[in-house]
Amino acid sequence: MNTSATALGSGPKVVMRRPTLVLSGLLSAVSAMLMGSMLAIWLDFRSKAPLRESSDGSMMLRDWLPENIKIPEVATNTMMMTFVITCVMAQWAVYSSRRNDPKHTSLALGVVLLTEIALINAQVAIYLQMDIAVRDGSYMMMFYAVTTTMLTMIVICMGFTLLALFRSIGGRAGDRDLVSAHALYCYAIAVIFAAVWFVVYVQK
Amino acid sequence: MTAIDSSSSTAISHPTTAGSMTTKSTFLGTIAAYLMATDHTRIGRLLISFSAIFAIGAAAEGALLGAERISSSSSLVDAGILVQLFSAFRFDLIFAVGAPLMLGIAVAIVPMQIGARSLAFARGAQFGFYLWLFGVVLVGTSYLNNGGPGGGNADMVDLFLVGLGLVIAGLTVISASIATTVLTSRRAGMTLMEAPIFSWSALIASLSLIFTLPVMAGALIFVAVDHTYERATFGATQGVNAWIGWAFTAPQIFIIAIPTLGILAQIVATMTRGKQPLRAGLFVGVGLMSVTVIGSVTQSSFSANFSGGLSEIAKSLIPFLFFNAFSILGVLVVLGLCLLALKNEKAKPTAPFVPAFLGVGMVLTGMVGNAAHKISNFGLVNTVFEEAVLVYICYGVLLSSLGAIAHFGPRIWGREIPSTAVVGLGLLGFVATVLASLPYFIAGFADQPSGVADGFNYSGPAWLWNSLVAAGHSLMALVVLLSVALATKSFRSGKVSTATSADLYESVNG
Repeated sequence: MNTSATALGSGPKVVMRRPTLVLSGLLSAVSAMLMGSMLAIWLDFRSKAPLRESSDGSMMLRDWLPENIKIPEVATNTMMMTFVITCVMAQWAVYSSRRNDPKHTSLALGVVLLTEIALINAQVAIYLQMDIAVRDGSYMMMFYAVTTTMLTMIVICMGFTLLALFRSIGGRAGDRDLVSAHALYCYAIAVIFAAVWFVVYVQK
Repeated sequence: MTAIDSSSSTAISHPTTAGSMTTKSTFLGTIAAYLMATDHTRIGRLLISFSAIFAIGAAAEGALLGAERISSSSSLVDAGILVQLFSAFRFDLIFAVGAPLMLGIAVAIVPMQIGARSLAFARGAQFGFYLWLFGVVLVGTSYLNNGGPGGGNADMVDLFLVGLGLVIAGLTVISASIATTVLTSRRAGMTLMEAPIFSWSALIASLSLIFTLPVMAGALIFVAVDHTYERATFGATQGVNAWIGWAFTAPQIFIIAIPTLGILAQIVATMTRGKQPLRAGLFVGVGLMSVTVIGSVTQSSFSANFSGGLSEIAKSLIPFLFFNAFSILGVLVVLGLCLLALKNEKAKPTAPFVPAFLGVGMVLTGMVGNAAHKISNFGLVNTVFEEAVLVYICYGVLLSSLGAIAHFGPRIWGREIPSTAVVGLGLLGFVATVLASLPYFIAGFADQPSGVADGFNYSGPAWLWNSLVAAGHSLMALVVLLSVALATKSFRSGKVSTATSADLYESVNG
């Protein structure tokens, strides 16, 4: 016996309003809140650090970044620039997808993937050049926590890129929702990295 | 009217075709269908079922803690595990019961309400369920082995942190799935303002969780890395509560109670055939309750102090009102509009209305209690008063869920729960909630400290308050157990529902 309640007749066909793009927006919000929370705690610790004289004695500094640690600014600035390229390429993929151009969509997504690999490479280079251990102190522990979280976001973005790339190569170049969602997450990650770059690498 | 039959309900009505994995209604087939379910009603039922099981455990913990505090000389529980028990009680009520229960009801109901054929990213929601369940199991294991905040076993504290991370991730993924469904999968022509009020409340609650849980995750990452490698910067084991404790207390716990407003308003809308004056006011009321997100994210706790000059009072009162009164105002708006609709239509209350109404009443009491807790002249900080706030909110959520299951259940299962039993359980749950929390409102004024089971002495009858609390929690465990048994029996062999979709899902049109 059918025990279900009497249902109304089906209404008009449900039109999904770009669910992947909306989900990507929510994922971006999650990532932003996560990193925002970590940077807020970072700044809180930094503001509570005692003052010390700079090495040339000209000014007072917060005793937060240990004196023997040098942040490799070339690598960190390169990362920031690479993120700009990532965003441009992601937008190129959207542009190509809108014009049903699978070759350029795949090419753009391939370049995005390459830039993401470059970002990971740059982050590893930063770790190697800084040569600090996570157990060495508060700064080091928090530095690794923030940067590895950022690295995880880049890896998630990479997974997203791979998904979009495979679908594009597989003949779904016109899947604008996914490509747009991918681009949105790339922008979000770029903005989040800009905050990390400024707070952790520039302001130190 | 907003109801459109979804493919999922057909699958539920015909167990032999449930899911593509099974062709025969075998026990293993059913389990396999549940394990790999993409049907939103099944994912919702999984969340609701496990939350109900954990609710019995949480109530038992509450009863044990109450009994332990009856006499300062008694020692039912080893003193060494008391810290874990207090922490586990909070964790269970919020992350193992309240949040997943509300999300589970939303997962099961929202797609049908808005005319979606399925949940957006249903596999994601199922994955979120497993993350949450696995996380709760890890956290439970950690507590049982001297882990958790303040635990003595460092490995188990690490396990607690990992488990909590999984719970946060799971709840976030489920919330994202619900929010995406409401935002993108409404039937053609249905604007957000035309969406049923329960779906609206589910959207607000989901977004609120999406904005607050990652903040907790950020602090958790620092605490976990510190605990694993350094154990100095974030205070090692003792620092866990200091950094993530805000998520286990008000105002964060108000977020899980947001859907209770939607449940009540939806039931009232059905009772009044959608004739709701000032319908937009309901949306505003639900939205106002989400102002609590600002307090959670900024981890701001503003107290009011009524001593000193007028300017000092005003200085403390304005932020206090912003962070506390707005959310209370939201509940009052929804309650007021629901009662107005009932009065205008002279509607006769249905059985699900009773627990849903009492649930919102308990949530409101908890929120008012929280505001009183923040008035520094009362001297309620670090007393059991705050524990009563938590219990009021979480048991209010439980009561409201009973109303939701009685109201929406027939649409999923096709059978009804007897009205008398629902009303009886609702009233019993109300008594249990009052017993489990009101005595601690009184004991809070008598300065019974929170988080300790002995070493306190005050002039009032401490044994009486603590005995009542223990009895209240025991009664709530019984109510949940009876509710589960009643729902299981009714949905298997109860009276076949004659209600139409329109009866159950009628939108609140003014």
